Amino acid sequence: MNFEVDQRGFYGDFGGAYIPEMLYPNIRELEDNYLKIIESDQFRDEFGQLLRDYAGRPTPLFRAGRLSEHYGTHIYLKREDLNHTGAHKINNTIGQILLARHLGKERIIAETGAGQHGVATATVCALSGMHCIVYMGALDVERQAPNVKKMKMLGAEVVPVHSGNKTLKDATNEAIRDWINHPVDTHYIIGSVVGPHPYPDMVTRFQSVISKEIKVQLAEKTGRHYPDYLVACVGGGSNAAGAYYHFLNDERVKLISVEAAGMGVNSGLTAATSLLGSTGIIHGSKTLLLQDGDGQIKEPYSLSAGLDYPGVGPLHAWLAQSGRATVFAVTDEEALQAALMCARKEGIIPALETAHALAVLDKLKFGQDDTVVVNLSGRGDKDMETYIDKLGF
Amino acid sequence: MNRIDRLFNEKKGEILSVYITAGYPGLNDTPAIVRALQEYGADMVEIGIPFSDPLADGPVIQQSSQVALGNGMTLKLLFSQLAEIRNNIHIPLVLMGYLNPVLQMGMETFLENCSETGMDGVIIPDLPPDVYEAEYRDHFKKHGIHLSLLITPHATADRINRIARLSGGFLYMVADASTTGAKASIGLHQIEYFKRIEKMNLPVPGLIGFGISSHETFTTACKHARGAIIGSAFIKTLGEEGSLEEKIGAFIRSIRTG
Repeated sequence: MNFEVDQRGFYGDFGGAYIPEMLYPNIRELEDNYLKIIESDQFRDEFGQLLRDYAGRPTPLFRAGRLSEHYGTHIYLKREDLNHTGAHKINNTIGQILLARHLGKERIIAETGAGQHGVATATVCALSGMHCIVYMGALDVERQAPNVKKMKMLGAEVVPVHSGNKTLKDATNEAIRDWINHPVDTHYIIGSVVGPHPYPDMVTRFQSVISKEIKVQLAEKTGRHYPDYLVACVGGGSNAAGAYYHFLNDERVKLISVEAAGMGVNSGLTAATSLLGSTGIIHGSKTLLLQDGDGQIKEPYSLSAGLDYPGVGPLHAWLAQSGRATVFAVTDEEALQAALMCARKEGIIPALETAHALAVLDKLKFGQDDTVVVNLSGRGDKDMETYIDKLGF
Repeated sequence: MNRIDRLFNEKKGEILSVYITAGYPGLNDTPAIVRALQEYGADMVEIGIPFSDPLADGPVIQQSSQVALGNGMTLKLLFSQLAEIRNNIHIPLVLMGYLNPVLQMGMETFLENCSETGMDGVIIPDLPPDVYEAEYRDHFKKHGIHLSLLITPHATADRINRIARLSGGFLYMVADASTTGAKASIGLHQIEYFKRIEKMNLPVPGLIGFGISSHETFTTACKHARGAIIGSAFIKTLGEEGSLEEKIGAFIRSIRTG
């Protein structure tokens, strides 16, 4: 089976670029140039150097001894939480800001939900001296005040979006509308492996450094360059795409994608897109999404702001449909307990998104010789208020 | 003959097409608004299928779509409201909507419904021309429904030619790089683009849309194309106080005669 994007921008039945004609020149320019640029020696040098000296890569692969003991297996955590700005998001924004510069763009726009991608974008814009505008749902602006202030301190303009339900989906719509109105000077830094082709492939490539490092680090630690299980949470799916990339064609590796069940998969308050969704078009991509019978896109729910997206990247739709990945859904409560356990057993407070990946360890039966890698996509600083509130400290 | 083709055969200029959002301002207002538009002299009506995520639309049409969805409008309900529309409406009618609701209904069912209710054309801004050609063109032809595609100022001559060849009924000339309702006037670079298109002698007539909101912009557009499309400005009017009849009459007069 093929998991690379094809000439038309599809993964199996999913992907493509279902965009209004007004966006065609923008997308065409990217499509014509992105591979040429990111495969050039100059780009590779710049990207590699910034990942190393600025983001702090490679991130460690840590053998989680007490979790391993608890689950009776060998658990390794890929420490993306130790990146600059606290999550894997920076891998993508560094890649895209370099690309934007190569394309001669002067103005950067981005969408953000919880504010992590907004902060990662504002960060690289400050680093490159680029004008940065971040669209954020008005509701999220209220809920994520510290990240809004971070973005402002970094020099970004944060635009609250009042349309729709005032969350990530609407912020993404508004960023796309901005791009329609500024087709020449602006680059849109999408934060996940979503949107029209070539974004899903481009963002996957920028995040693929995660699996590249896992391969090398596992070989050093275990003498074997692949795990038996690779676990990651999926909202749009960028950390999972990056963690899976170099193992996609290695069937020995079981890919475990974890979505947010919210209050429960069948509760109506959920973000379990692959499990409940059906094929449709969202933000220019044909993929699985939460929608009603009339084709209106539903608002998802998860306690974790980074997972409540009503769609999923087309690669993940294809991985789920083809059976290459197994998809689980984890509730708010299960994620909170997993975060607590990770904090108490390993001294690591994970992001609430990441806690969903950790919670699935309870649902799987591992052999004592199995090697399990969990992508620890982000740190929990941003979620302290939620943890304090829900776990009652 | 398709009513769009007949309109362009019979009327050479100043064609006024008006966009409305189905189910706005009231759930059942659509047939009455179409009748009033015909009575006061609109040449064609584009009936918008409200969508939760209208990417190409500015705040006015977004808001009208949200109100319409809140009122309970769905694509199925719209077709049932349109079932009797041809009893007293003779001007061409075009459905405009985003791809997702159409795909959920199924393209074939959607076109059957269009055909049964007497629709003449369809506009789907996020259906790319190559996907239309590869997957849906035959379906449209079978049902005698035109798909009008969009062109923009940033498109190359090659692309414009290709889109015009694929486009049925008329070509939707997006006046500027923008979402709907974003611009209030027509600038020099837009006039240059209109003139460029005029010189290309394309195989389908053009209507200019996006940013047409007044007598002045309508007249300017009509100098360079067969007519123009008004959306946001009309939706704004519908949202104001007063009876639908009076508002619509006054609006059309203001566009036609200033």
